[in-house]
Formats: sequence, structure tokens, C-alpha cells
Amino acid sequence: MSVILILIIASLVMATVFLVGFIWSVRSGQYDDTTTPSMRVLMDGDGRNPSTDKLKGKPSREDISN
Amino acid sequence: MATPRKTLAHLTGAQPDARPTCFHCGQPCPQDAFAGAEKSFCCQGCLVVHQLFTETGLGHYYDLRPTPGSRIKSAASLAQWAYLDEPALTQQLIDFTDGQQTKITFHIPAIHCLACVWLLENLFRLHSGIGRSQVNFAKREAAFTLAPDKIKLSELVALLTSIGYEPALNFGELEKTKANPGRRRAWLQLGVAGFAFGNIMLFSIPQYFGLDAVHGGAFRTIFGWASLVLALPVVVFSGADYWKSALLSLRQHLLTLDVPIALGLAAIYGQSIYEIVSRTGEGYCDSLTGLIFFLLCGRIFQVKTHERLAFDRDYKAFFPLSVARKGPDQTEQRIALSGLEVGDHIVIRHGELIPADAKLLSGPALIDYSFVTGESEPVEKQMGDHLYAGGQQTGAAIEVQTVKAVSQGYLTSLWNHETFRKDRQADLNTLTNRYSRRFTLIVIGTAILAGVAWVIAGNVPRGLKAFASVLIVACPCALALAAPFTLGTAQRWLAHIKIFLKNALVLERLAQVDAIVFDKTGTLTSVGASAVRFYGGELSQAEQEWVFSLARHSTHPHSVSICESIGEQFPAPMRSFLETPGCGIEGQVNGQEIWLGSRDWLAGRGAVAANLPNEAARGSVVHLAINGRHRGVFRLSSALRPEADLLIARLAGCYELALLSGDHERDRQRFRDLFGAKANLNFNQSPLDKLGFIQRLQTSGRVVMMVGDGLNDAGALQQADVGVAVVEKIGAFSPASDVILDAARVPQLSELLTLARRSAGIVRLSFGISSLYNVVGVGIAAAGLLSPLTCAVLMPLSSASVMLFACGMTTWAAKRGGLLTSSQLPEAAV
Repeated sequence: MSVILILIIASLVMATVFLVGFIWSVRSGQYDDTTTPSMRVLMDGDGRNPSTDKLKGKPSREDISN
Repeated sequence: MATPRKTLAHLTGAQPDARPTCFHCGQPCPQDAFAGAEKSFCCQGCLVVHQLFTETGLGHYYDLRPTPGSRIKSAASLAQWAYLDEPALTQQLIDFTDGQQTKITFHIPAIHCLACVWLLENLFRLHSGIGRSQVNFAKREAAFTLAPDKIKLSELVALLTSIGYEPALNFGELEKTKANPGRRRAWLQLGVAGFAFGNIMLFSIPQYFGLDAVHGGAFRTIFGWASLVLALPVVVFSGADYWKSALLSLRQHLLTLDVPIALGLAAIYGQSIYEIVSRTGEGYCDSLTGLIFFLLCGRIFQVKTHERLAFDRDYKAFFPLSVARKGPDQTEQRIALSGLEVGDHIVIRHGELIPADAKLLSGPALIDYSFVTGESEPVEKQMGDHLYAGGQQTGAAIEVQTVKAVSQGYLTSLWNHETFRKDRQADLNTLTNRYSRRFTLIVIGTAILAGVAWVIAGNVPRGLKAFASVLIVACPCALALAAPFTLGTAQRWLAHIKIFLKNALVLERLAQVDAIVFDKTGTLTSVGASAVRFYGGELSQAEQEWVFSLARHSTHPHSVSICESIGEQFPAPMRSFLETPGCGIEGQVNGQEIWLGSRDWLAGRGAVAANLPNEAARGSVVHLAINGRHRGVFRLSSALRPEADLLIARLAGCYELALLSGDHERDRQRFRDLFGAKANLNFNQSPLDKLGFIQRLQTSGRVVMMVGDGLNDAGALQQADVGVAVVEKIGAFSPASDVILDAARVPQLSELLTLARRSAGIVRLSFGISSLYNVVGVGIAAAGLLSPLTCAVLMPLSSASVMLFACGMTTWAAKRGGLLTSSQLPEAAV
């Protein structure tokens, strides 16, 4: 009985983690553009990216979500 | 670095001696090709851009796709964009700035392939002031992060233009709306509902099989309460729109479908709370969350947005963001259009738009009004003439003085008409809502009857249960899914063949159309592409080449048409070219003196036409003389779109047809023959006349579809029940409308209408199926026998079968209607 309770709670916690992940992905704009990312994977550059190269610092949250 | 790549000619297996194509843009190169590193380029611009890319490590661009570039039209000058650095304008254009970083999003129509995305996202290699850039391919947009102290906005735009990605900067850009948060909310609602649905299902499985009795009632209580808690956010958050819309429609004394849905949801949750709290049952939370989940799926499916297209544009999106103003000291300066004042002197170059009603100061001008008034021929204007806003100058630059503000012009004042002020009400008279009126009354009636019958029979608890059960089981989930899935599927198939609908409900209105009004210029006839015929004996290959070489130097639409009709020729060098406005053009090609122009102009120089057939004198003609001798006549007539006559013939039997044209009556007889004796043909129509005509048709009880293309049709498109805008190029400007149609699809309008009617039929059939489920369910419920298991089986079964039926039937209808065969054409929708 108590084992089942623990399992239920554990499964709910897991599911909640996924839900939170989903909410985060929606809010950060990953569902706004579903075409370009599919093209982007096909390009293999030389690994340089603007955040290390030019403007110093990590891209801000604004960068990702807009 | 780019690996040396085969030329396009090599790839296509063409003869090695064939003309080389440009390594950058793929266009044929002239003989004296700009060569560099064994590659050939069509022009200096492409060569420079190629060198820039290879030097900065952007050569990978060419590996991603052969000849990905667009032809570099002209060297971009920084001064041209200087107006962008005005703080007031900058502020309106950028998305966000904090002094260190600025974010700006540009619409860049030239984006067309993988390489474009790669290049624009690697733009930081070209300038140290550019940080991250991100492309949205579907919208043809690119968002840039800049360091404003290192790069000015004008410099960014100049850089983009210089590599062939000129941002679209138009007047409407200043008031563009930002990303629509509604879509994100819809996804969140769906996610929450799905999460709760899945978990509650798991809790409910023991109950379905009676396993919960094993440990006494303990599990039942725990699972019951857990389900209630999980279902709460679904009811409050995911179902929020149904509560709101049900309240709204009750307030308007309407019974939309949302009313029985909300009623059902309330009944299910209420009954579940009662059963779980009183420990008399396990509730229906599984059905409740599943129901909302399916409903939201339908909603997301129905909202298919075409991100490249805007269905609500007004003239502002057609007008430029800047104009060249001539200052008192005769210097030219680019200023923002919003800063233009009445009385300013501005310079309009070839292809540029006249932004406000103005007086011509230096002439003559040749104004192309085809998009604005529907006149198919460019109009000649002399000094002092009045020019309407929206016309495009063809030929040499002209100087004009504005006499009215931008928003007060002859054409733009159309947008002050009341038709544009009233927001088009969300159409509540949909198929679904008409059906739901009867449906709701029947359901509530049955629920009350069942309850009362059991109470009279002396079984009060069973009466209450029957009342609630009927509401639960009749909750019209399947019914609510019928229209979204049918219309959504049809909309998707149509998008495949470049017929884009503003939303799925447009199909329902299309199904009711019984009168169709066509615009002429640009809709039934195509602009620019005139049918050209030569009278005076066949032109030899050499003669064709001479004419082509001469005509390609002129921007006069007649010259352009003649060039196109001759086809791509190899241009010979040209000497002493001279264009005499209003008369014609002359020049020497290979030592031959070629004149192209009006009859009188040629006659005045001694080249008199002789022995021409009568028909060569009608319409627009261009006479040709070679070495002073009259050679023949090109006759240009506005060409009907291919198969447009077939379309009219097919529609004439079933619909009331009419033609509205801003052009003069020259072609009346031709269209009378086409449309038949009954049709209403109106020429010389102003934009307001067109709007009024549609209004009169509607007051006589017709459901009107207007098919048009230009700004002059904007009023009529807005007024009509369904406005169809025809565009030459998807993504190009089109006035506000319900349907955007690729010009090549005009002949398929009749198939579109057929599919709309069939879809409406399929929606009705789906209503029938879902009603069948309801009758069975209500029968069980009224008997007071409804169990959570029955409910949990019946509900998804009915929803899924209706969804499948709707999608399957609509696809079949689209195939049968001949729409899908044409979707196999190359370059279907993006």
C-alpha cells in the first residue's frame, strides 16, 4: 500500500517535471517558429558563434525568446 | 572555404560552349563576363559580394546550394538609408534596446533557401557590431542583435542590401504588431489538459476494471481526490475560453455551441465533486479532461496561420518608408515618409511610388496606375498635371510638389470610409452555431424531462443523476470538432496549391456565395505581360536581336513587353541610344539604325507605314523602322490570363457574374462576349464606385465574392462577403482580404468554390454522426445508467471517429475536385 503511494507520488513528480519543461519550451518561443530550426540542423558551420566571437557574454534571455 | 564547384552548366550537362551562368546568382552572363578565380559573374555586384564572402570565411554559403544569391542590383549607398538613424524613426523600428544591445527585426523577402538562413545567421563575421542574428524562414524575417555604438541602423541596412538581402521597409512597418501571444497560450492550454488527461487516465484504469475494491475504499478516495485536483487547472485554465465565450453568447441571447459545452463541463465537474466528496462514486474527471484536450486539439488544428502572408494590410504596407526630398538648396535628402509635409518638393525615380497627391514640376512623366486605379496603360502627364498617390513613375526621374498629406490622398482616403472603420464582427452565423441552437434546446429539454420523470416515479437521487448525466453525455465534443477538422483540412490542401485562406471559416462563407464580381486589370488580365503580335512579316533572327538590344535599354512598359515577347536574346552593344518621351526610342545596333516609336514620330522622320492590316491599327501599337525604312508594327493587347475564359464559362451557369474595372471601355466588347449578355459590366469605376456596387448587390440579398488585386479594389474586397486578392508573387503586397490567391490559380476559382460547398456538406454529415452518438449516450443517461466507463469509452470514440471522418472525407473531396493533382506541380506551397 505505502509502496504504491510512493510510486504514485514519484510518477506525479516526474510528470510535473515534464509539464514544467513543456511550459518553459512554449514560453521561450520554441513553438513560434517550427520551420527554420529544421533547416538549421542541416548546416554544419565551423563552430564559431557570435556569443564567443564578437559581442562578449552569453546571449541574453531576450535573444532566445524573441 | 568553398571548394571549387562545378558551374551550373556543368551540372545540367549543358554544352561546354553554352553561355556561362553567374556563380553567385545563376543568371546568364554577358560575353565580357566578370571573371575571377575561374568563376564567372554576371555583374560587378555579384563579383564583389562573392569576394567579400570568400574573404570573410562565408564561402560555405555556396556549398549549401548552387547559386543561392540574388542578383545584386546596384551598389548600396549609405546616404540612401541615413534617414533610418533619426532617433524618432529608429525608436519605432527597433524591438528593444538597453544602450548596449539593440534588437531589430527586418522582413527580408529575398530569403529563399537554406544558404540564406546560414548567411544571415553568420552575419556577425562581416561586421564587429553585429551579434546574434536569427532567421524565421516561414515569416521571411531576420532578427538582429547590434551594438549600437559600433554599427548604425543605416549601416546594417546598407550592408544587407549590398549582399542582396534588402529589408522591406515600408510605411506600414512602423505600426507592425509584435508576435501574437495567443498561439503560445493555446499550446500551454493544450499541454496542461494533456498532462492532466494522461495522469487521470492512469488513476482511472483500476476503477474501470474494478481493481480498486481490493484494498477497501482507500484507493478510490485517494485517486478521486487526486483526479479532482489535477482536473482543476484544466477546468480553470485550459477551458477558460469556453466559459468566457459561453457567458458572452448568453449575454447576447445567442445559443452558440459553446453554451452546451460549458454546460456539459460544469455538469461533469459538479457531478464529479459531488460523487467524490460524498464517496458515492469515482467521478468523470477522465472524461472531462479528455474532452477539453480534444476540443483544444481541434482549435489548434483549425488555426492554420500562413505566416508569410498578411490578410489585413492597408495602403501603408504598399507605400515606402522614405522619400527623396529636395531641399531649398537643391540637394536631395532621404527623409522618412512620416516627416513629409504638404508643399515639399520630392524626386521620384523609375519604379518609385508617388507617396501623396502631388503636382508635377518637371515632366513629362509616365505614370503606371495599374495597381491603383486599374488602368492597364501607363498615363502620360505633363508639367503642372495633378498626380494621384500610389502611381509609379516609369522612365526618367521626375520632381513633384505634394499638395495633400499622405493619408488624405484620392486613393488613401478610401481607408477613411466606414467600411474600414467597423471591425468585421466575428461571424456567429456559422454552420455549427446554426445547428447548436436546436441542439442545445433539445439537450436541455431532454435533461429536464429525464430528471422530472424519475422524480415523479419516486426516485429523486436517480432523477438528479439522470439530469446531470444527460448534460454530461450530450456535451457536444464531437460536434465541436466536426467543423474545425473539416475546414482545417480543406484549408491545408488549398494552401498546397497556393490558395491561402485567412481562416477556416472563410470556407463556410465561400459555400454560400452566389454572386462573383471580378476586377479586370491584374485579375482577369495580367499586368505587364501583354500579348504582343508583330505585323509586317516575320522578323529575322538578327532583326530580333537588334530590337531586343534597343528595347532593353528602355523602361517604358511597351519596351519591356516587346523584350519579353522576343525572349531572352543575346544583347548586342548599343550606340547613341536616345529616348524621346512620348515619341519613341532610337539607337545603333551593329551599325543598324533602329527606331521604335509612335506612328507619327516615325512618319515625321520619313518612315511611313504601308500595307498594314486593319487590325494592326487598333489598341496600343509600336512601330518599328530599320535604317529609316518602316519594317512593321508591334500590337500590344492586355492578355487574358490563360484559362480565364474557361473559368468564366464554367461559372456563368451557376453564379451571377459582374465585372468592375477602373480601366476605360476599350475592351468592353471583348468582355461582353466572354461574360454573356446578362452580366453587369462596369468600366471607369472609382474605388468608391466598386465598394458601392458590392453594397447594392448585398442589399439585394446576394452573397458576394469579390476577386481583385489592386489598392483600388481594397474597398470592394473589404465590403464583400468573401474578398479574394490575386497576387503575382506570394508574399508580395496584397490589400486586406479573406483569401490570397496565386495569380496562376485564378482558373481554379471554380474548384475552390466546389470544395467549399463539399466541405460544408461534410460538416453537416459529421454533425449527423456525432448526433447519433449523442442519441445513444442520452438514451443510456436518461435511464440513469451512465457509468464513468461508458462515458470514458463513448466520448473519445465519438471524437476520434468524427475527426477521422472529417479529415478523410475532405481529403477525398479535394482529390476528386481535381485540386490535388495540380499540387504535384513543382514548387508547391512553402
